Amino acid sequence: MAKNSGHWDETKALGLMVQCQRQGGALTSALRALVDTFGYVDDAAIGPLMHTYARSRAEVLGVISYYEDFRTSPHGRHTIRLCQAEACQAVGARTTTAHACKKTGLALGETSNDGQLTLEGVYCLGLCANGPAALIDGKPAAHLDAAAFDARLAEMSE
Amino acid sequence: MTTRIFIPADMLAIALGADDVAITIANVAKSRGEKVEIIRNGSRGLCWAEPLVEVETKAGRMAYGNITMNDVSGLFISGFLQGKKHEKCLGLTENIPYLKAQERYIFKTCGLYDPCDIAAYESHDGFSGLRVALGLKPDAIIDQVQTSGLRGRGGAGFPAAIKWRTVLGAKGPQKYILCNADEGDSGTYSDRLIMEGDPFRLIEGMTIAGLATGAREGIIYLRSEYPVSIRVLEKAIIIATQNNWLGKDIQGSGKDFTLTVFVGGGSYVCGEETALMESVEGKRGIVRSKPPLPALEGLHGKPTLINNVITLCATADILAKGGQWHAGLGMGRSTGTLPFQLAGDVKFGGLIELPFGRSLRELLEGFGGGTRSGLPVKVIQVGGPLGAYLPPSLYDTPLDYEAMTAIGAGIGHGGIVVFNETTDMRQQARYAFEFCAHESCGKCTPCRIGSVRGAEALASDTPDLTLVDDLCEVMVDGSACAMGSMTPIPVKSAILHFPDDFAEKQNVAAK
Repeated sequence: MAKNSGHWDETKALGLMVQCQRQGGALTSALRALVDTFGYVDDAAIGPLMHTYARSRAEVLGVISYYEDFRTSPHGRHTIRLCQAEACQAVGARTTTAHACKKTGLALGETSNDGQLTLEGVYCLGLCANGPAALIDGKPAAHLDAAAFDARLAEMSE
Repeated sequence: MTTRIFIPADMLAIALGADDVAITIANVAKSRGEKVEIIRNGSRGLCWAEPLVEVETKAGRMAYGNITMNDVSGLFISGFLQGKKHEKCLGLTENIPYLKAQERYIFKTCGLYDPCDIAAYESHDGFSGLRVALGLKPDAIIDQVQTSGLRGRGGAGFPAAIKWRTVLGAKGPQKYILCNADEGDSGTYSDRLIMEGDPFRLIEGMTIAGLATGAREGIIYLRSEYPVSIRVLEKAIIIATQNNWLGKDIQGSGKDFTLTVFVGGGSYVCGEETALMESVEGKRGIVRSKPPLPALEGLHGKPTLINNVITLCATADILAKGGQWHAGLGMGRSTGTLPFQLAGDVKFGGLIELPFGRSLRELLEGFGGGTRSGLPVKVIQVGGPLGAYLPPSLYDTPLDYEAMTAIGAGIGHGGIVVFNETTDMRQQARYAFEFCAHESCGKCTPCRIGSVRGAEALASDTPDLTLVDDLCEVMVDGSACAMGSMTPIPVKSAILHFPDDFAEKQNVAAK
């Protein structure tokens, strides 16, 4: 649920880490704050995170790589996260995903070369009676069949 | 006269355009000179009717289902402000059969008002359980929970009172209440609905748990996939604190309890209690070995009570009405009610709160009404990605922890996903392994390697089912947590009940 993406700001990032530490937040909380602000965790953050949380480089990188949300490169300008889980499978999520990949030329987890779009999988959004579900730029979508996907994609490029 | 109109603002209603409907209703009302007050309430759980717009009339709240922006002008013309008929009118909300046939306690006030309207919560008997608890000694609170027979609603069904008493008995000034709101099971959304629709009920339940165990600090572990829940709960915590239902000296009792929200990083295994604690501590969400029990050495090594959202919410009514009342609902050792959730290819999907003991068929046929696609039902999966695939021949099984275990299944968190006849069970079994491989924390070999090998085996056109069986046995016997030890449940139930789906390709290859 990135509110912004790209544009790493060193000063702002350091400020977030300090604020998080003051509130007693752990490394995962700091990473959450960074991702919510910048859309990803920049390499430049690793050093300060090591010092702030007294962790080795391997530990910090280990935590970052463990969690799906803690990306290390910016999202595209738009992000579509398509649910891959069973309840959505039961109403055609596999078809929607295959269509979306074909239409955008992206595999799940990829960002387009022009930086416009990131396509991702997600496991359950709790919209299980109204699938296929998705998060489109952080906003929930339901009943997302191939035609609905195309309509949403067209809205984006307007 | 101002007419009150209710339009849900939960994540599903928003996904289906409720925000646009609300704006359009406000605009059209203005242009027509009608006075309306729009209240963004929680969902009633009728997913099939969302966005469900309700108009307050003298007779009660009139419901209009599946409302889109395009319906709004028509609604005004037909006189919906006076509760008049319209093709999308479902009658009075309280008379909608889907709701009327339920027995709602946990969800009794969900969707009645703005979820952050604390006065509305109080006027519907909100905090009455906490008021009782504030006047009781910790042991006496736990006695009520014990009498109630309440079992953990997260999936394991462990008696709540045993955990509570262990934490109470643990020494130390610092204890925690952890709410497991990492509702990652596909087909489940009851936690989401209550957090977005009636967050004070969870706050009340957690505070009761704090009073019962001597913990003064609570943390709600929420998924990042639930952005609306995060927003609503954070707001509700601030409002509850301002109204002295949280914080210091709650309602002049001398008791303190504070609450914060922790947002996870998108990992299914973090729904496992010890992995969840690791995650809050800032580490990789890797499962811990037990013992020590989290109740004795949990978060930051301190005594920690960890319960699911629904378990905690249930305690509000248990304290208000007494444990005996709760023990009288349900069947056998499965007491109380469970909010079941119908999902997948189902015509009338939604939340159905009923006492334990009703049959799967009653839910599927009585409420679900068949598939949304119109195709025959082939199979259902009960209890999330680690739950069994069950064929129609088993639908008369009562929904009770023990009865479900007897057929090799589990109730889990109450999610039921319906699949139609086009479903390929080999693909579903393979997915179960793939999901395990994707989410495995990697700590134990059976889960980490078994899931990958299992997915490979089932990718073959001639799957080696003996190998799959062996892998499942090792995973069941040797995994550290439910991720590895329960992944074989969907796999083996698929093979057991639908052998043809695993043999089909072999025949094709033989030809």
